[in-house]
Amino acid sequence: MGIEEKLPDNSVITTTIEKLVNWGRKNSLWPTGFGLACCAIEMICTAAARFDISRFGMEIFRSSPRQADLMIVAGTVTNKMAPVVKRLYDQMPNPKWVIAMGACAISGGIFNTYSVLQGVDKIIPVDVYVPGCPVRPEALLDAIVKLQKKIETENLRTKQDGGIEK
Amino acid sequence: MEELRNKFPGAVEAIDTQFGETTVTLKKESLSRVCEYLKQEKGFDYLSDLTGLDLGKEAKPRFAVVYHLFSMKSHARLRLKVLTDDAVDTVSPVWKAADWFEREVYDLLGVVFNHHPNMTRIYMPDDFNGHPLRKDFPLAGER
Repeated sequence: MGIEEKLPDNSVITTTIEKLVNWGRKNSLWPTGFGLACCAIEMICTAAARFDISRFGMEIFRSSPRQADLMIVAGTVTNKMAPVVKRLYDQMPNPKWVIAMGACAISGGIFNTYSVLQGVDKIIPVDVYVPGCPVRPEALLDAIVKLQKKIETENLRTKQDGGIEK
Repeated sequence: MEELRNKFPGAVEAIDTQFGETTVTLKKESLSRVCEYLKQEKGFDYLSDLTGLDLGKEAKPRFAVVYHLFSMKSHARLRLKVLTDDAVDTVSPVWKAADWFEREVYDLLGVVFNHHPNMTRIYMPDDFNGHPLRKDFPLAGER
């Protein structure tokens, strides 16, 4: 998806275009606007005036996954919610990235129970894990900045399917 | 409440009053008849809650189903209790509200409600294994 498909094989300018494309991608991350639990409140707070996510160019929370390229899994993923999260991820166009926000999204957190998925990485690939219970807005901002640094170094040829390096 | 004893001989197992609240323990066979009577004749037109209890694996019978009734007219409250090991009759024809309450009790405790219009799970996924609020259910689930 995108410019990498137009590149001829063995192109000598790949590095330059790669840098250009990655620069564009990293500076216009559009997150999906959906939250699952208390971490979502911190995510909303990150977008509001006090922490102001738009200082970093990531502020356009999209209501449709088809317009987003970053999924912030903010909160506990229950087994009943898991298919919905997976579907939202599948509906996002490539390239796409995922941040697992908070202890619950990383590993199930304190909810080692029959109803909770033990980590969102069981159903979708995760790029950045942010610990916290809940995550502080500063930590989420740091996570997105880290993701931007990661995007900067990505290889366009291998980056075909979200966070999975083929 | 003595009226219930006379009206339905053998139906009432116990009547307890504590803190001004009355609990009538019923035989499960007579539950739907008594409920119909309480609604039609005694004005208990509102089923405010219906819950299930797991009294433990050793208890005989193991489960209790508790009905909290309320009268919109007289503001009286009444609690009914039925003990069972597996199933009781539904009261959803008497109070419509019982439909989802009974599905919840079935889902989480595994008590079946006979003649219920739709005796399926309400919270857990349809393919879920076991009944999570039973005392012997493992916390992380039966995997």
